[in-house]
Amino acid sequence: MFDAAIIEAIVLTLKLAAVTTVVLLLVGVPLAWWLARSKTRGKEVVAVLISLPIVLPPTVLGFYLLIAMGPNSPLTALIGRSLPFTFEGLVVGSTLYSLPFVVNPIRNAFEAMGERQWEAAATLRAGPLDAFFNVALPLALPGILTGAILGFAHTMGEFGVVLMIGGSIPGETKVLSIAIFDFVETLQWGKAHMLAAVMLVMSFAVILAMRMVERRFASTRP
Amino acid sequence: MIEAHFSGRQGSFRLDAAFTAPESGVTALFGPSGCGKTTVLRCVAGLVRLDEGKLIVNGETWQSDRKFVPTHRRPLGYVFQEASLFPHLSVRKNLEFGLKRVRRRSHTIAFDDVVDLLGVGQLFDRPTAHLSGGERQRVAIGRALLSQPQLLLMDEPLSALDRLSREEILPYLERLHEVLSIPVLYVSHDIGEIERLADTLVLMRSGGVRASGPIADLLSDPSLPLVRMPDPAAVMDGRVRDFDPKYGIARVEVAGGTLLIAGETGPTGAVRRLRISANDVSLSREAMKDTTILNALPVRIVSAVPEGEMQMTVRLTLGADGKGAPLLSRISRLSWDRLGFQPGDTVVAQIKAVALAKA
Repeated sequence: MFDAAIIEAIVLTLKLAAVTTVVLLLVGVPLAWWLARSKTRGKEVVAVLISLPIVLPPTVLGFYLLIAMGPNSPLTALIGRSLPFTFEGLVVGSTLYSLPFVVNPIRNAFEAMGERQWEAAATLRAGPLDAFFNVALPLALPGILTGAILGFAHTMGEFGVVLMIGGSIPGETKVLSIAIFDFVETLQWGKAHMLAAVMLVMSFAVILAMRMVERRFASTRP
Repeated sequence: MIEAHFSGRQGSFRLDAAFTAPESGVTALFGPSGCGKTTVLRCVAGLVRLDEGKLIVNGETWQSDRKFVPTHRRPLGYVFQEASLFPHLSVRKNLEFGLKRVRRRSHTIAFDDVVDLLGVGQLFDRPTAHLSGGERQRVAIGRALLSQPQLLLMDEPLSALDRLSREEILPYLERLHEVLSIPVLYVSHDIGEIERLADTLVLMRSGGVRASGPIADLLSDPSLPLVRMPDPAAVMDGRVRDFDPKYGIARVEVAGGTLLIAGETGPTGAVRRLRISANDVSLSREAMKDTTILNALPVRIVSAVPEGEMQMTVRLTLGADGKGAPLLSRISRLSWDRLGFQPGDTVVAQIKAVALAKA
């Protein structure tokens, strides 16, 4: 029922979403922590910059990324290779695009924790790193899980940014949403239907998972 | 010994407080809300850093002009107003949190002892969200003790509790006081708690220290606002001598005399905190004969201050030589003038009621 091209697109989409989610957490958790705890005034500017992709058309973000990753850009000179139209380029773009959906819930979770738990940990001999890993992270876990699921889902559903910086290279940048677009363009309605249904089911599963995570924590936490 | 001095601004509040506390027993920081007593405690813990601070605990400098030991390196225990247990950990894991972070060979306070002392053994597997207010606070005290502190800080540990839970916790605190060899700094605005628990009192007012010293001396010092309270009282520690089961009367020795107390007060030799309200002490020139008052002792008048139009608050010391424990008496000004009392006179105090401050 599924031909190789369709399987390839599904696998690539899941791979992109998984890798991007890992990168999002590695970047997002420290960033959220900094935004929640820092007393620097400039942090709200950073928070606004991170949140821009929520309102910005993905094509605008993609356009700037294309320029930033262009052959003559400092970034390309720095890493010594060109990122557009590669999987790595998609990871970078997806990370920026989904960052607000990961950082904001995690930041809220850290802020909800309050100063007191942090102080209690310090009076019980826990240094900053110790308290971060053994008190702050576990307490923020529901927020982190929500952020991870949102980041995964958002990456899965992205289209505009991929179109701008990824194009449609099978196995490299041709993700589900692009594949659907191509099938419709070439009037292959049957395949488009099938992929659209796959997207629908996966999206449903992701949102359902998120609700279950939230309910589970709501029942075990005060 | 603990030597502390903190000064600086926090918002619009200015603190400049210096005091010393002995190396054992409970030192209470007492004063009205907003006088800065909690800020002082937070400074001692290193949770707040003001412009100037100096803190020496048992010879070790925790803070000076050039030095600031961060909170997690100060060997202290802190009990917050709200228990502040970690919600993601079980009761047992909460208790062990500080313990696990202290080197084994500096363990002097044993896990089982603390669990017994605070009666938290049957709570181990309950989620912290399902504990009552009193139970949470007991776990919080245990958690602080198990971090092997050299100084225990308690910030109004009972004030967030209802009356019942408060009465449930106080006996634990009193037992703690008996068995614990480390000093305790105890912040409270409740004089009743302080009369029961404190040995030393640091009296605070608007960001500064008004007076400090042994609680018996401060409570009965007429120059301090404590004697202006509606029910001023003297406290003293006494040793149980014997108990007469026929009449149910115990004899308790205090500095400068022996008091008779109704009811079982404990085994011979036990030390008990006594509270004598100033309103229960009357004075006469001569010992009265044929009276129902059990306790009539010679006392020396130290000083007296008028209280309102009609009353006098008289500071006394027990014993004909006036070398015993301080005592307060509230009498009418009319009586004071009629009997011609003067500081230095030796008179007789009739004490209508002596209460045990400690259960």
